[in-house]
Amino acid sequence: MNGHSRSTNGAASADASLPLGAAPCGFRGRIDAIHVTEDANGLTATEIENRLLELGFVEGAHVEILHEGAFARDPIAVRVNHATIALRRREAMSILATADKSG
Amino acid sequence: MTATVASETTLWHFALVGTPNSGKTALFNALTGSRQKVANYPGVTVERKAGILQTPAGRSVNLIDLPGTYSLRGRSPDEEITRDVVLGKLSAEDTPDLILAVADATNLRLALRLVAELKRVGRPLMLVLNMFDLAQRRGVKIDLDRLSAELGIPVVTAVAVRRNGTVDLLRRMDEIADAHLAAQGENTWHPPSTSELRAAQREADRIIAAAVAMPERPDTLTARLDAVLLHPVAGLAILLALLFVMFQAVFSWARPLMDLMQAGFDNLGVLAHDALPDGLLQSFVQNGVISGVGSVLVFLPQILILFLFILLLEDLGYMARAAFLMDKIMGSAGLHGRAFIPLLSSFACAIPGIMATRVIDNRRDRLTTILVAPLMTCSARIPVYTLIISAFIPATNVWGWINLQGLVMFGLYGAGIVSALAVSFVTKHFFWHEHQTPPFMLELPDYKLPRPRALAMGLYQRAMIFLKRAGTTIFSMMVLIWFLASFPQPPEGATAPAIDYSLAAIIGKAIAPLLAPVGFNWQIAVALIPGMAAREVAVAALGTVYAIEGGKEAAAQIGEALAHQWSLATALALLAWYIFAPQCASTLAVIKRETGGWRFMFITFAYMLALAYVAALVVYQVARALGAG
Repeated sequence: MNGHSRSTNGAASADASLPLGAAPCGFRGRIDAIHVTEDANGLTATEIENRLLELGFVEGAHVEILHEGAFARDPIAVRVNHATIALRRREAMSILATADKSG
Repeated sequence: MTATVASETTLWHFALVGTPNSGKTALFNALTGSRQKVANYPGVTVERKAGILQTPAGRSVNLIDLPGTYSLRGRSPDEEITRDVVLGKLSAEDTPDLILAVADATNLRLALRLVAELKRVGRPLMLVLNMFDLAQRRGVKIDLDRLSAELGIPVVTAVAVRRNGTVDLLRRMDEIADAHLAAQGENTWHPPSTSELRAAQREADRIIAAAVAMPERPDTLTARLDAVLLHPVAGLAILLALLFVMFQAVFSWARPLMDLMQAGFDNLGVLAHDALPDGLLQSFVQNGVISGVGSVLVFLPQILILFLFILLLEDLGYMARAAFLMDKIMGSAGLHGRAFIPLLSSFACAIPGIMATRVIDNRRDRLTTILVAPLMTCSARIPVYTLIISAFIPATNVWGWINLQGLVMFGLYGAGIVSALAVSFVTKHFFWHEHQTPPFMLELPDYKLPRPRALAMGLYQRAMIFLKRAGTTIFSMMVLIWFLASFPQPPEGATAPAIDYSLAAIIGKAIAPLLAPVGFNWQIAVALIPGMAAREVAVAALGTVYAIEGGKEAAAQIGEALAHQWSLATALALLAWYIFAPQCASTLAVIKRETGGWRFMFITFAYMLALAYVAALVVYQVARALGAG
């Protein structure tokens, strides 16, 4: 449950859960899991997960994509509960969220 | 407060710890006022800010403002300092008697998780809810007693930016000092694991749910501003407009002041010249001391204007947005989103540009930016460029309307930008690829109105850093260059210019064979040496070497003389050389200061020299092959 085991969780909940990195601007939802699958930029998967947690990306938190960059719609600005965090879509792929019912 | 007043001589040590954007520095300024000292921690380029304050009960407290962090895990040199001071592991710093955890009252989530870590350290701890007025105005309701009970530590509110906004905080410092300071818990801190971080954040969220009521109608000002300022098209356009104004300001607003200062130093030099008897002392005072110090001080207006913009944008909360907008563009060249302001300011002068790299948190990103900043075409190159262009490039029009001279100038600027991007790309992908480059993750704080007092204090500190640190090193280099250009003295009855007999000429003639393949004669080689003081000095030096009276003012005459003496290939090679040449002692000195050692100064010098040589060689040989020799 600590994230980086490549379990089939993602596939099972695929219909409900969406990586935040693939979500469109304006997406609102709740975080189901932080699921970093690979090392990147010289950081281990664990370290990336730690950093996401330190910026408040934790299961149950409410997220909304407020803005996106001009080029390749990257990076994105995400409202996490009551703070706004900018990050790249690549890292946001590790954040799995379920869209709010209303849309 | 008459109770146990500690003896007046005891100095207490308190430390401010908080997340970035918690208003920690504003609180520090409010508490210590002008009684603060900014220095570096030994061996690292991390700023140490300390100040003295008096509590109502008369305690003297040495307060230190530790670098902002989300965790004690120590992911960067700054954060390691925070961790080590908090844990009492840094020998240069006293272990804090009280830790003041500073949090933005409107945004408690991340701060409360940090508090959970700080509690494990076992030192007396108090949570300071900063910007409490803002939270109240926005309708954020915080149950202070409940929060204090849930956290198990005292909680106090503060408004750093308002007069008397820290009265409560100071009073509580005394109470805590009276009651708790002797009691010291056990330090059970260890770097939190992923599951501990997760649990701590959930616990923080639980506490917030219990003690904080967020407003039903949240403040939308930041969201509304961001809808424009972070808009993919409008946002970029506004950023570019802002940069244009900033660039204009640094470039042209500073100009009259700089000219005034330059004239002042020139007059002072003449005054000294007249007051002192002819000879070595006269030359030393006029050319070594006064023009040496002057050549450093004239950069001060540019530095102040640039930092006024930077501090304004930072305090406003815009800097993080600019990084957001630029991340993709800068990132493709291996640069951090925040690197664009330092690089842009380097068009005026690399010195303020390199100083401005302090806004980049990550050391590797900062070093890459410092390495390439001198490649941006600074204003000191302009006299050299214009001299050679006007002497060698005909003022004809290309395609009917483009001035060829202007086109060459534009090309020189373009070459600087392209080479800066290329060098940073190469550095990032070939030299530092195995090092950690943290992914772009950044909190975008709410917009806030900057406070004039904080701005003034920030400007004052930047000015002092520049004058104190750079002044000493730059000054000694100027003296060295003066020495090279003045010794040995010309013999009695010498007819050639004095510089012909100096060490500079000896060195110039010695290296002339090395420069022959790039088309430089010994006169150019000699001029390059005093040109180390500042690039534009090379123009005056060429005048001296070619024995043209009138110094800088005689630029037109110099140009005419050069047009007779040099081939077009040589002139083009010199232009190519100046795109890269590391010919500025001041820049090198600032690089040494800002990187905390000689290493990066030498790396910069060596790579730029190599690029300059290769570029000049290619240009000269190609131009000759095309018949311009």
